[in-house]
Amino acid sequence: MFQIRIHGRGGQGVVTAAELLSVAAFAEGRHAQAFPSFGSERMGAPVVSFCRIDDREIRTREPVMVPDALIIQDVTLLHQVDLFSGLSSEGYVLVNSSKSFDELGLGEFLRTFHSERLLTCPATEFALEHLGRPLPNAALLGGFAALTHQITLDALDRALRDRFDGVVGERNAVAAAAAFQYVIEQEEGLVRASPN
Amino acid sequence: MLRQIEGSRAVAETVALCRPEVVCAYPISPQTHIIEAVGAMVKEGLLSPCEFINVESEFAAMSVSIGASAAGARTYTATASQGLLFMIEAVYNAAGLGLPIVMTLANRAIGAPINIWNDHSDAMAVRDSGWIQLFAETNQEAADLHVQAFRLAEELSVPVMVCMDGFILTHAVEGVDMLEQSVVDGFLPPYEPRQVLDPDDPVSIGAMVGPEAFEEVRYLAHLRQMDALVRIPAIAKAFEEVTGRASGGLLRSYRTEDADTIVVALGSVLGTIKDAVDIRRDAGERVGVVGITSFRPFPREAVREALSKASRIIVIEKAFSIGFGGVLATDVALVVQGSNSKVFSVVAGLGGRAITRRSLEDLLAQSARGDLKSLTFLDLDGAAVDRERTRMANTRRSGPSAENLLRDVGTEHAASKVKS
Repeated sequence: MFQIRIHGRGGQGVVTAAELLSVAAFAEGRHAQAFPSFGSERMGAPVVSFCRIDDREIRTREPVMVPDALIIQDVTLLHQVDLFSGLSSEGYVLVNSSKSFDELGLGEFLRTFHSERLLTCPATEFALEHLGRPLPNAALLGGFAALTHQITLDALDRALRDRFDGVVGERNAVAAAAAFQYVIEQEEGLVRASPN
Repeated sequence: MLRQIEGSRAVAETVALCRPEVVCAYPISPQTHIIEAVGAMVKEGLLSPCEFINVESEFAAMSVSIGASAAGARTYTATASQGLLFMIEAVYNAAGLGLPIVMTLANRAIGAPINIWNDHSDAMAVRDSGWIQLFAETNQEAADLHVQAFRLAEELSVPVMVCMDGFILTHAVEGVDMLEQSVVDGFLPPYEPRQVLDPDDPVSIGAMVGPEAFEEVRYLAHLRQMDALVRIPAIAKAFEEVTGRASGGLLRSYRTEDADTIVVALGSVLGTIKDAVDIRRDAGERVGVVGITSFRPFPREAVREALSKASRIIVIEKAFSIGFGGVLATDVALVVQGSNSKVFSVVAGLGGRAITRRSLEDLLAQSARGDLKSLTFLDLDGAAVDRERTRMANTRRSGPSAENLLRDVGTEHAASKVKS
């Protein structure tokens, strides 16, 4: 089972992101379960959502406490919420930011992690470019697909077009593809830079 | 067709397939998504003939449902928590009058202190109202149970409440095999009321009944629920024949064949319990699970049979009778009376506290060691409770406990963060 925890703020599409991930995984014949942290959410308040992906039936209903991957939509949460709770050094971390982990002050904390599983992605910039609105979801999920290979870009593309009609779906799909490409290029850069 | 869909949406679309003629409900978390979706389908004309009646309260919602059902309409409503309590007089009336209303209860705690999260206090508060209460383990079962509920309600002229865990199921997106209209139409015959308000053939419904007949009327209601014990499995079987899916029924056993310890529970927590049981099984313990779908009527014989070989029965439930202990545990204890098995009551998941696999594993380990007390509150912060008890002992005006505890655990959390 692969477990994902998504942190963001109310209004940024945290719940929708988990749902879209589950829909993309489902479209590829896998079992998936998405659910929000339950509470009286409101615009701007910290919100958490969860997604599980597995090849067998998912029975558990507990929140994701030991995630395999974290998606952080809003870096202003870094110093407010215990974002990394339960994440092992084997985990994936995807942060919506145009800054590096060092610039975000996380370099030392993430030193023991696998560098190829860590990525900052300027998803809001991709969203502004392709959607004209600062909604980082589609781009982040595109980045997630490239980083973890848990879902394919194709499946994500379909999930986005199913969820959002017409031109909105198209623009989201384009933002996701752009971020996907960005992550692939970043990874190639990492590989080239690696002494191995 | 198998779809990745929110539980509320799956229930709303399934209710629509049942062709209700009147829907009357008042929104309350975590039921809201269901009612919004049904309302939208009525407005779009996808459900015709059907009227969605807007009202000012839950009391009105159930009262309108009673009127609609008495007039011969297939009637649906949904609520949760305080909403159910607000309509409780009418809830009793619907059952007392024998009106086959189907209601979704998106289970949620009851205040005070106000809490919007999941537990089963609301369902337990109307346990004795005369409604049939069916608990869904998954969103698939929640959807399927609604189709079965309309058939059961209308066959017996008894209202049926489908209980699904608020948020945990209502807001979870997972795979649900959605039924086809033709399948539902074939399974659910048109509503043929046993009693109906018809100007051409006038009757009165809801007479005052004195001591000369009240007990008999109540006893008849009990007999109808006893009939339901036969009809519930029969309807589940008929449903399985047309859908190929085992949903509903009185109860379901999991790995109980040789189990000396059996965990009993209602609703969605059964999934997490099964995961914990698999792990304890791998460690060599003979543990099984019995999930009760039909809480009212309570299937005495089926429960006794399912638990007959277990020496330890652990009843985990998301509600309790303050001043005594578990509600379901009490029913189970009564049913296994006379056998050599011991019943342990475990209260868990109140007000949305997550019931984790780890805590359940620990609980089972504790039971295997023989350390489990007859009444346990899972993951209770005993230290916080003790501190409040001390405050109360030390100061007459210690203030409201809820606020004191919030301040107390908030402080604790902050302290532990500083330490780490």
